[in-house]
Amino acid sequence: MEQFQLQGKAVRRAGGTRRQALTGVNASGNLEILVERVLADHECMVEVTTAVAGFRGTWDAVAQDFFTRASPGGLRFSINDGGARPDTVMLRLLQSVRLMEREP
Amino acid sequence: MRSGKFCVGSEKPDRRSRYRSTRDDTQSGAREEGGTNRDPAPFSGPSLIMNGWNRQKQDRDARLGAAATSASRKIVAADQAKALLEAVIRPGDRVCLEGDNQKQADFLAECLAAVDPQRIHDLHIVQSGLVLQAHIDLFEKGIARKLDFSYSGPQGAAIARALTGGRIELGAIHTYIELFARYFVDLTPHVALIAAVEADHAGNLYTGPNTEDTPTIVEATAFKSGIVIAQVNRIVDTLPRVDIPGDRVDFVIQVDRPFYVEPLFTRDPAAITETQILMAMMAIKGIYAEYGVTRLNHGIGFPTAAIELLLPTYGETLGLKGRIATHWALNPHPTLIPAIESGWVQQVHCFGSEVGMDNYMSARPDVFFTGHDGTLRSNRLLCQTAGLYACDMFIGSTLQVDLMGNSSTVTTGRIAGFGGAPNMGSDARGRRHPSPAWLKAGREAVDEPTTLTRGRKLVVQILETFGDKMTPNFVETLDAVAMAKDLHFELAPVMIYGDDVTHIVTEEGIANLLLCRGPGEREQAIRGVAGYTEVGRGRDPVAAEDLRRRGIIRRPEDLGIDLLAVSRQLLAARSIEDLARWSGGLYRPPSRFRNW
Amino acid sequence: MIAAVQIGRADWYEASARDRIAGLLDAGSFVEFLGPEQRIMSPHLAQFDLTGAFDDGIAVGRGTLDGQAVLVAAQEGRFLGGAFGEVHGAKLLGLLRGARERPPRAVLLLLDTGGVRLQEANAGELAISEVIHAILNLRRSGVPVIALIGGRAGAFGGGGIITACCSRIVVAEHARISVSGPEVIETNKGVEEFDSRDRALVWRVCGARSRYLLGGADGYVTGSIAAMRKAAAAMIADVPSFGMTMLQAEQQRLTDRLHRFGACRDAPEIWRAAGLPEPDRVGDIDDEAFLTMPRIAGADHDAR
Repeated sequence: MEQFQLQGKAVRRAGGTRRQALTGVNASGNLEILVERVLADHECMVEVTTAVAGFRGTWDAVAQDFFTRASPGGLRFSINDGGARPDTVMLRLLQSVRLMEREP
Repeated sequence: MRSGKFCVGSEKPDRRSRYRSTRDDTQSGAREEGGTNRDPAPFSGPSLIMNGWNRQKQDRDARLGAAATSASRKIVAADQAKALLEAVIRPGDRVCLEGDNQKQADFLAECLAAVDPQRIHDLHIVQSGLVLQAHIDLFEKGIARKLDFSYSGPQGAAIARALTGGRIELGAIHTYIELFARYFVDLTPHVALIAAVEADHAGNLYTGPNTEDTPTIVEATAFKSGIVIAQVNRIVDTLPRVDIPGDRVDFVIQVDRPFYVEPLFTRDPAAITETQILMAMMAIKGIYAEYGVTRLNHGIGFPTAAIELLLPTYGETLGLKGRIATHWALNPHPTLIPAIESGWVQQVHCFGSEVGMDNYMSARPDVFFTGHDGTLRSNRLLCQTAGLYACDMFIGSTLQVDLMGNSSTVTTGRIAGFGGAPNMGSDARGRRHPSPAWLKAGREAVDEPTTLTRGRKLVVQILETFGDKMTPNFVETLDAVAMAKDLHFELAPVMIYGDDVTHIVTEEGIANLLLCRGPGEREQAIRGVAGYTEVGRGRDPVAAEDLRRRGIIRRPEDLGIDLLAVSRQLLAARSIEDLARWSGGLYRPPSRFRNW
Repeated sequence: MIAAVQIGRADWYEASARDRIAGLLDAGSFVEFLGPEQRIMSPHLAQFDLTGAFDDGIAVGRGTLDGQAVLVAAQEGRFLGGAFGEVHGAKLLGLLRGARERPPRAVLLLLDTGGVRLQEANAGELAISEVIHAILNLRRSGVPVIALIGGRAGAFGGGGIITACCSRIVVAEHARISVSGPEVIETNKGVEEFDSRDRALVWRVCGARSRYLLGGADGYVTGSIAAMRKAAAAMIADVPSFGMTMLQAEQQRLTDRLHRFGACRDAPEIWRAAGLPEPDRVGDIDDEAFLTMPRIAGADHDAR
């Protein structure tokens, strides 16, 4: 098991007004993401607790690409990971931002 | 006989010498027993004259004579099967024990594995699939020694062990058509052991929906003085239809259990992931629609199962019904049922059947090939040929892709074989008829197409960037290369060669290799869809963005696919039960796939 | 047969615990207690190198169903098989105890569980016995407790016992209810006794249709969340009273049932003995045909 935080900058604030959203389930090969609108407008962060140690470099690459791709300013993403592959992580992160854009 | 592609290499002199000495023993033994060796005798005058032109017929009569003690008629009791095999098979024979990735002559396989190795040994097994434990036992016991095959699936690891241990002397690993072709040139069986559903008293056979390899094996054996023995589930007075005429069958054995059929093409929709759905959506929108692919074959992976289940939903919303995926060379995938029921599919020709699908296909004769008796007629050779020549696209999953786009399903310690995928997944250089999809693909591959520019088959590899346990599916070098070195193969087993691949689809996007100019671009296009694997992270970001601008790499957003729409709700069936319902109760899945 | 499968239907089986609640209750009425943002997680899983869930695999809260105040708990069957641990159990127990102090119209339990979490088994076992106690107390005080079953994990182990203690049980098509699960039976008694990979057998023995025909469930619905909502609302209005007379009647019913069918080795033998039509086709007919089938005598009972 491994825990770490990945910080990032966003060019703009994430859309929508929803305060929080939960997506996914921590199951084998999957993950849950709790998104909370708690950071400053140009900050973003992914907090990871993962069952599979030794992939921090991959997580960092995914997170930085995600910050660039989605510009999730103001959002903190807390992840409980059950060994999801990077593609699943990226898909869920992008989906979670879309959820925050929806009306509560 | 070291002409096979995957010969045991010459780097181990000890094995080579043993190989030579046993082979020589067999040949001389065979001559003494009346010339079982069907290889043309060396042109040495006297022996040719002595044997005349009818040696094979005489040999056949001798064997039938030997069988007379255990079988006086065509119908042989099951408890006499072993004695029959010991009577008609000679050491060193080439034997085809019918079995592929679906159907198995499993009773006869067990009988052959139980013969006395003192009497029958050093057989040369020439068959599609080495799948059953009994198949491996033949080699472990020394009953068989040499092997030419196509597919091994579950026995991949056992074959690798037997090869390493020197118990299997490998000729070559083939594709299905390739092995069938050799049945008629240099691998003609002396004895074929086949399976059918029913026989009549004259030995006519009804193979049922799982006809598969049987006609091809019987053709090669019966018309070259070989002996054909069939296991059947029942002997009846009148057959529903005749799949194999009785004069090609020498012995029939009724067995008290049906021959085994593996439900290999049943994919449970419950196991399809959102990532696979995303890839399927990209493939439909970015390839099927763009090229207008109407004639095609699908592999057996979950991404292609997802495509089948998205046709009546996502495909419908794109207005593609009737414009894509109308004519298929395909096994009866249960996941195709919703598309068939929604009117998407005009015609399907099958390699084999699929467990539980028989009643459904009988009730849909406009779609499937059926006999006048109403049941499916499959044929592996003809369907493989259809997939090679009459389809504009093959799309299938693989386990590993390298920087040139070569792909392999070999993983460390397993020899899974090829089956039919390379026949589907290769450009047919002998094709001459045009179609819009074929021409468009061909023209994309050159800068200034003319009327002399031939078309190309679309060969699409669809795979996630990572496999189980974070194993990268994109690699610098295929595992198959290391395995070929370990086992002294002259040729690494490549499932689909990179120069045949036209597109690679991953969750990150589609790489169109047709549009790439030169190996450098090709490598960057592959890296550009390889996600967070080492290969993917080794991309040149500037080059990847340039390829994207030129439409060589296309991301989901480039194709207008909304990630929130990527949902299992899009699947026309989300469980095996849904499939059974779509079929109106005609599809009867095996118990292990049920969840009700 | 296109009508037989509804494309895009919200399935109970496929949905997450929260999606089930959202579709079950009046839109927007759910208020979660101890939501994921509070991060009340299992303190035990880390020592087994397992990552937790922000809600420990269960969502609890209040809301309305057709305007009636209800309390609701939903287990997430995909997180550790929906199994009971310390926090998970305490959230459910707290909900049930709270219901005694401020009684709602009903309590809805969306169970989806393999039983007790091995990593915190003692706490899980204790929680299950306390939950059973709390359910019976609630029923005695007149609050209906309705079990809604139809998730991936089914209702096994203690979850099967909890289900059987509820006022009413509704099953969806893929539901399974039992105490010892198929794999447990096979491990302990051998594959000859029970082949857990024979999935048709599994569903014949503990699946929704068998439970419903035999009286082990009171309502059977097709797999949609909307159908479950409708059935839950109907059940709230129709619960038996709970007392000694009812318990004695239930004891008698089960004694009679054991006497009649105790020798049967598989569900179709029961249907045959009970004189049901087409006993071997129960698993194959569609839902509409199934719902017109008679149940065995006594299956439609008030005692529970």
